[in-house]
Amino acid sequence: MMLHMKPRYGLPLAAILSVVGIASVAQAGEPQSFDQIARGRDVSIASDCQGCHTMPGGLPFAGGLALQTPFGKLVAANITPDMQTGIGSWTDEDFYNSLHEGRGKGGELIYPAMPYPAYTKMTYDDAMALRAYLRTVEPVTQDVVSNQLPFPFSIRASLNVWNALNFTQGTFKPDPNLSPDANHGAYLVTALGHCATCHSGKTSLGADEPKAFLTGGLLQGWWAPDITGNMRTGIGGWSNDDIVQYLWTGVNRFSVATGPMMETVTNSTSKMSKEDLGAIATYLKGIRGDQTAAPPKAAADTVLELGKVVYTDNCSMCHVQNGDGVSGLFPKLATNGSVQSLNATSQIRVVLQGGRGVSTQAAPTAPAMPSFGWKLGDAEIAAALTYVRNSWSNAAPVVEASDVKKLRDNLGGED
Amino acid sequence: MVRKLPSKDVVIIGLCWTGAILAHELTDEGLDVVAIERGPWRDTASDFPPSYAPDELRYAIRGELFLQPKQETFTFRHKPNEMALPIRQFVSFLPGTGVGGAGVHWNGQTWRFLPTDFNLKTHLTSRYGKDFLPADMSIQDWGITYDELEPYYDKFEYLCGTSGKAGNLNGVIQEGGNPFEGPRKRAYPTPPQRQPYGPTLFAKAAIETGHRPFPQPSSNLSQGYTNPLGVTLGECTFCGFCERFGCGNYSKASVQTTILPVLVRKSNFEARTNSEVLKIEKDSTGKKATGVTYIDASGETFFQPADLVIVCAFMLDNARLMLLSGIGKPYDPVSGEGVIGKNYSYQLTSGVTAFFDDKIFNPFIASGAIGMMIDDYNGDNFDHGPMGFVGGGYMGMGQTGARPIQTRPVPPGTPRWGSEWKAATAQHYNSTISFSTHGSNYSYRDAYLDLDPTYKDTHGRPLMRITYDFHDNDLKMSGFLTDQLASIVNAMGAKQVVKSPRKGPYDTSIYQTTHVCGGVIMGEDSATSAVNKYLQSWDASNVFVIGASAFPQNAGYNPTNTVGALAFWAADAIRTQYLKNPGPLVQS
Repeated sequence: MMLHMKPRYGLPLAAILSVVGIASVAQAGEPQSFDQIARGRDVSIASDCQGCHTMPGGLPFAGGLALQTPFGKLVAANITPDMQTGIGSWTDEDFYNSLHEGRGKGGELIYPAMPYPAYTKMTYDDAMALRAYLRTVEPVTQDVVSNQLPFPFSIRASLNVWNALNFTQGTFKPDPNLSPDANHGAYLVTALGHCATCHSGKTSLGADEPKAFLTGGLLQGWWAPDITGNMRTGIGGWSNDDIVQYLWTGVNRFSVATGPMMETVTNSTSKMSKEDLGAIATYLKGIRGDQTAAPPKAAADTVLELGKVVYTDNCSMCHVQNGDGVSGLFPKLATNGSVQSLNATSQIRVVLQGGRGVSTQAAPTAPAMPSFGWKLGDAEIAAALTYVRNSWSNAAPVVEASDVKKLRDNLGGED
Repeated sequence: MVRKLPSKDVVIIGLCWTGAILAHELTDEGLDVVAIERGPWRDTASDFPPSYAPDELRYAIRGELFLQPKQETFTFRHKPNEMALPIRQFVSFLPGTGVGGAGVHWNGQTWRFLPTDFNLKTHLTSRYGKDFLPADMSIQDWGITYDELEPYYDKFEYLCGTSGKAGNLNGVIQEGGNPFEGPRKRAYPTPPQRQPYGPTLFAKAAIETGHRPFPQPSSNLSQGYTNPLGVTLGECTFCGFCERFGCGNYSKASVQTTILPVLVRKSNFEARTNSEVLKIEKDSTGKKATGVTYIDASGETFFQPADLVIVCAFMLDNARLMLLSGIGKPYDPVSGEGVIGKNYSYQLTSGVTAFFDDKIFNPFIASGAIGMMIDDYNGDNFDHGPMGFVGGGYMGMGQTGARPIQTRPVPPGTPRWGSEWKAATAQHYNSTISFSTHGSNYSYRDAYLDLDPTYKDTHGRPLMRITYDFHDNDLKMSGFLTDQLASIVNAMGAKQVVKSPRKGPYDTSIYQTTHVCGGVIMGEDSATSAVNKYLQSWDASNVFVIGASAFPQNAGYNPTNTVGALAFWAADAIRTQYLKNPGPLVQS
């Protein structure tokens, strides 16, 4: 029986942040301090280190999870304190540099699949707390070859160029125009949570596009939706409580976490404090997002008519005829930002393949959507999604049958 | 060769309603629990999603979710002097298998038994005298009272989110509910489902004829609901594919929609599917079980030691496992002695069909348990003195589905195939409604279960033999119910009303219900019952046998709520009494 009892020891992250700028070296020098370790565990959770550094079913932090990047395969390192294959022999400086500068032991450049462009913002104290916590995990001897990229990306020196173009080093600085709560949220979102890694648009070099900050991004065949305060495509229509509930339980009255977000909820947000999640909500709601998006072009009536028929026969038994869904079970499609995203990849994907919601202690149901790829043709799926994206006051670009075909082909036999 | 596995605190045989409830309760207690299930794992989105679940041929006719006779069947005969033959197609009743058991393909009808159903023999003999009962009727008291079971009925209903209207809240009769029900401590968790046209008309006629109709309690939910375990169910969409089907949109209570999401998160729970328990093993004293022997899909045999063995298989298999394992004395119909296999009972249903000219009922708008019912003729809610029989049942109009293969309402005299039959179907499909009675079946000395001397299963074990037929008392009861129902239906102004009373002999090729009961009955006395009031074996105190197998006779209701309540009741006894002091909870 996994009793999910999370003792609240030590300082909450909010309190830690208030000491930004007066970093205490004394704390950093107490790697066996209980407070330090507990705080480090919270930093690890908020930073979702396990999301990459623990294989599903594998030993904690022993690495081995392969990330498919547009440039090739990178494998997360073993960050247990093992002396040979882990980071046991790293100095505190090595450790801090890996987060702050993207350089590991001996100054070796790290590929930015490890989100050091975000972790550079982590305070020194938090980095040392994390270090203290990672010293407590079981050392595992497991040699991981991180770099499995093809030439020329396999040449680490190429990262010097990438860093020069894309990487700005520097610890998080609170924005004087934001409330303390929003600043705390900003720290969690931009420094630890590295939300932009998935939720921001990318440049051709794979760096975060500043103009597309948190307005949605395509990663590993999923569209991570707009999480700005944009009223139509973002989460502007969610209350702070809705956001907290989503992050803490994986479901709320609008949506159910699936795909890669399911892992984030499982490993990270469901284990964070509600105070921290509330700060994230405050910060996200305050981001205006992209207000310039052109109004979507209208869909043909014939497409909408076909879409309505397909929707009624296949979707309405769960999502309900008026798109309201069932709170905590079936996502609400009407006025849902992620349904109206410019990019419909995730929507096409769940219709083709189905998808399971996350199971958390607070919301264990884990409802699943069945696959329709075997049953519905490309044009039917495109029409149903176009209908959903343009009904009940929703407005979003048309989904073309060719979009569905392309993703279907990419997913191969997976559906 | 049998491989011995590391010991567990608890082994549960069958991961259905009762198995899942026991597993949940005992893992909450901190015990290490393994459930061994003969059928496959089943999950909503992968095994009965709405994208293909409404397939009448696949599920209702070919019975994909039911036990297949090739895996296991039973032999049947009417009388003890006959030779029994194997049932080669399940029609009369539809045994469950797989995770969720028959609770996957039930209708969601969630009734409580009447208070007098539990002390039936004492009640009937005190009201009508000992000689009123037929000489060969072998009914018994349950050893438990309605009041004892009430909190556990409540638990099961709140687990399911049952939709209904209370008729008796703490002794105060509630307008619009069932005035005959036992007092309940609180209202149903969700309001009743909305009623279609047919049941609405029936309710009106029932009131006009002096009866007290109410909405049938339904575990197909009227609205979204999150149960005390934190699991969320949706709202029933009246799709009409309920009985015989899994529910694709999470609106019918089943272990999949109420318990499993929590159970599978627990590290002290494990399920082994496609694994059939062959026998419960005993120690040298014969008074204590040591675990179970089971065979998996690859044909390998294992011994799973456990401190506690909970038997939660389909009720016929509960009885069979006890006989195969030699726990408890087999029942002998000649001497009336012995307990395992005793008091096998079933159900007597009947129907009335009404053909209208001027009404459209849209019978396909259906849920497994919507309907308006009356309970005026159930149990001992009416005076049986002048009747010459005991027992009763509820009746009314439930709109459970009108699927194209099995729903062909045509008037008597219509050809059974061809163009005339098709034309009659088209004419009557939408303007015809059916009503039913759901009568009790009391137990008799010559209705019982034992091991077949001839036929064996694929593992070489004797099949279970069913010896059963209807008796005059119960046929009389069913005839009376049918007449009462027809008289109400006549008040509705149909063009033609056709009665279909239940007739003997019992026929295994005609569907009635899956409400087979008894064989490992509970009671106050170890000489006349197999398990005590906590469903603990009188003969091996670390064996509990949960299910409708415990019913000493069947009441005039669907059994699932009582089965679920007994599971919670037994789990509570194990948690609060047995674990503190393992041994018999009642001295025999």
